[in-house]
Amino acid sequence: MKDQKDISKQIRREALKKNWTLFKQSKLGMIGLYIVIFFFFLSILQPILFATGLWNKGVYDPVVGYSEQFQEFLVVECPTEYPTEKYDSITDCPGRNEINVRTLFYSDAEVGDTIIQNLQPAPPSSKHILGTDSLGRDIFSQIMEGSQVAFILGLLSATLGVGISTLLGTIAAFFGGKVDAYLMRQSDLILMLPTLPLLFIISAFAELQVWHLAVVLGTIGGLGGSVITIKSQALQVKVKPFVDSARITGGSQMNILFSHVLPNVAPLALLFMVFSVTGAIASESVLSFLGLLNIDMSWGLMIYLAQVEGFIFSGMKFWWLILPAGLSVTFLTGGFYLVGRGLDEVFNPRLRNR
Amino acid sequence: MNILEVRNLNMSYKTIDGMVEAVKNVSFSVKEGESFGIVGESGCGKTSVAMSLLQLQADNGEITSGEIIFDGKDIVGLNESELREIRWSGISIVFQGAMNSWNPVVKIGEQIREAIREHYPNKTKDENSKKIIELFDIVGLDQSIMDRFPHELSGGMKQRAVIALALSCDPKLIIADEPTTALDVVIQDQILNEIRKVQQVLGLSLIYISHDIAVIAEMTDNMAVMYAGRIVELGPTKDIFSNPKHAYTKSLLESTPSVVGDKVKLKSLEGEPPSLINKESGCSFAPRCPYREDTCNPSLDMKLVEVGIDHYVDICSAGKSQ
Amino acid sequence: MKKNLIEVKNLEKYFEISGGLFSRNKSVVKAVDGISFDIPFGSSLGLVGQSGCGKTTTARALSLLDPKTNGNVNFYNEDTSSMQSIDELEGEELKKFRRNIQMIFQDPYESLNPRWNIKDIILEPLNIHNIGDLKDREEAVYEILKTVGLTPPENYMPRFPHELSGGQRQRVSIARTLIMKPKFVVCDEPTSMLDVSIRISIMDLMLNLAKDLEVSYLYITHDLAVARYMCDRIAVMFNGKIVEIAETEELLSNPIHPYTKRLISSIPIPDPSYKRERYELDFTELDSIIKSNSNNEPMVEVKDNHFVATHDIKGIL
Repeated sequence: MKDQKDISKQIRREALKKNWTLFKQSKLGMIGLYIVIFFFFLSILQPILFATGLWNKGVYDPVVGYSEQFQEFLVVECPTEYPTEKYDSITDCPGRNEINVRTLFYSDAEVGDTIIQNLQPAPPSSKHILGTDSLGRDIFSQIMEGSQVAFILGLLSATLGVGISTLLGTIAAFFGGKVDAYLMRQSDLILMLPTLPLLFIISAFAELQVWHLAVVLGTIGGLGGSVITIKSQALQVKVKPFVDSARITGGSQMNILFSHVLPNVAPLALLFMVFSVTGAIASESVLSFLGLLNIDMSWGLMIYLAQVEGFIFSGMKFWWLILPAGLSVTFLTGGFYLVGRGLDEVFNPRLRNR
Repeated sequence: MNILEVRNLNMSYKTIDGMVEAVKNVSFSVKEGESFGIVGESGCGKTSVAMSLLQLQADNGEITSGEIIFDGKDIVGLNESELREIRWSGISIVFQGAMNSWNPVVKIGEQIREAIREHYPNKTKDENSKKIIELFDIVGLDQSIMDRFPHELSGGMKQRAVIALALSCDPKLIIADEPTTALDVVIQDQILNEIRKVQQVLGLSLIYISHDIAVIAEMTDNMAVMYAGRIVELGPTKDIFSNPKHAYTKSLLESTPSVVGDKVKLKSLEGEPPSLINKESGCSFAPRCPYREDTCNPSLDMKLVEVGIDHYVDICSAGKSQ
Repeated sequence: MKKNLIEVKNLEKYFEISGGLFSRNKSVVKAVDGISFDIPFGSSLGLVGQSGCGKTTTARALSLLDPKTNGNVNFYNEDTSSMQSIDELEGEELKKFRRNIQMIFQDPYESLNPRWNIKDIILEPLNIHNIGDLKDREEAVYEILKTVGLTPPENYMPRFPHELSGGQRQRVSIARTLIMKPKFVVCDEPTSMLDVSIRISIMDLMLNLAKDLEVSYLYITHDLAVARYMCDRIAVMFNGKIVEIAETEELLSNPIHPYTKRLISSIPIPDPSYKRERYELDFTELDSIIKSNSNNEPMVEVKDNHFVATHDIKGIL
């Protein structure tokens, strides 16, 4: 009889392999998967670099690290009218390696002198492949930290949300009547609520940390529209003959709910999970960007800092403060979405190309 | 005069798991005015044959070899526009479950008129309506049905409308693929009656495809029995029923219960039909054959051999298929 | 005269169809409109009719899946040696009673949970009713797999439904159904979705098990030929009512009700030389006559154990 378990496991393994082959056929899904894997790799890379000592924590820590970057600057005085011999427009002065005497407050330097200044935020160099921010912190390290945050937040809130919506959806389908009516109205209500403004309000009352955000997002997501979709799936399962068979045999409602209906609703729930991760990551970025989140480092925070310190409006001059973080958010959310699309083709045979 | 001659038709589908050889070396002919039956169980290839005749097989299906000679002309390899001329006005088809494929938002009459317009664009609306009324008369539908929507009709009425649709462009040959499967036995009886009447009145040729051997017995003059993509027995219906030669044919006849006659003990087949993927040649029925002897070698080549007047059986070279 | 396992009197199942949000009119669909029959121990009754006649609704009511609207359904209670109405059963008693009734479904692809393996599927009834210990249960599963012809059992127990053919799945359903040795099994067209060549093996299996375990069947089908093969008696249903009920051969050779005659004469015969004569019948006429029997007049016994609903065929008898 022990071999039975092995054979069952083997069959499940084969089924997984088949699903994987199907998933591989979806080009979009594979692209998404590569993107997600890339970012996952980033998030585990950072602790490895620190642990192996390849990176000095004092320099490379994304929050408290500091990298001294000095450079020589020529002190110039920027004219009030343009164009001049040296400068064509206001954005050309001060040029690279030049510094406007008017911005020097703590120095006795005069026009024509060469002084040494701390170059922060520093553009990408061999030591810092994505440059540093205005506090001398390595941008690449920050991206990796942000990646960790994104994954943890995303997966936590997605799991919570999917857990809630699966349970509620199945219960609504199974028990029907007043229970169903109540849960559907609750869902409608939550659907109506604009999530972001709600989060703004919450952040005004309480200091939001990443964990809090994850729970709030998970709960709101879980109580919202996905309950309705899972309920419809559960309803389809409920009328299948094998459920009738269990009822005739004498199974209790709870028994049938958990051992028959729920396992057959699970694939759809998995799909939802992947899609809700994108929402979570995007929400975090928005909140951090608005400065409403109490968090040490995240992609949204990076853009927030860039904006607050005025670097966003300098055009492409300080691109490394904005582009890496922005692209990371875009790509990771896009990546998860594409994985969801790929999974959809696995679970929904009709979408497949033969 | 043969309205249709199929010679050595082979058709396969490309799937993830390999090439599925749905139709293997199928040959038969249908005379003008004749009713020809194809009987077999699920997966035997009978629907694939029907689709091949009109080259309506799925995108991953392909006729790999063979000829389909309709009205003297080989239609394999024709391009889309040439095929469109033959479809419906030469050969038309009543699909399985066709009654459910009516467009729910368009009236029945209009949908039939659409089909006629495709082939006879120069006819007027009145001429078309008159034609439809004639067709409805033949299949036993009231002319008011023209202005109804599909959901207003019963299953039997929808199916009759489907037959009218198939007749709308005066085809010479109609293929009916399980036209009565979802219908009650009383309605089925009425529909079968209509089909027979239509055939006689219009002098049509009919290919009737079914898994129900009783229907084939009543509806057809000649028939073919298919198994695993091949024709295993071919000949006049009466002959095949009174003198079945292939083991599969015998098994089919022995496993069909009847409401008349003495109650007999029936026999069943074990196992299931073989997979059609990447099949080698040879006798595909051997694993389930109840008459198999020790000397039987299933890997021998099979071909149709004449055992009676126009009566052919698929036999291996060792000549054992009794 | 065998004693009765089930006695059904004037079973009714009505469905209310509301006319919409603002309409007060609720029309009623009488899916089952007052039917009565008995099934003795160890015998089988075929319920034959066309789609929409109410046979599936009857099946679901008798297997206690959906509650009936009206009527009496009595089962033989072994403890009290008398007939007992199912209305009196509740809670634990009801659950215990369910050991005696099972159902085999039509669709072999949807009647087994795709995520459970075969062993668990067949074990489930034993687990629900806490029969024996784990070892006893596994042995029972092993034995019943042998009985239904899925051998060797070790090969089938760890497998999942999608790996089995339609016929094999029905055998699993039969195994699961009969492992509790119920007294009554409702069969809802269990072979109509199977290939013709394997139907007989499934039906023979069911017939043999019925004899060995003394099980009574209510066999629902639209195919009279199949009903003839499986059942001792056949009841013909039309529009929610039974129009005729008799022993199988008697019904087929001496049908009396016009609907029965029409039904029998419509069946194609697998013999090209047989001349079939259709019995003509105007259905709308028949429908209106049957509907007008609101008094639920009982059927009349025209011959030994051969009952016909006569209110609609006055003048023929």
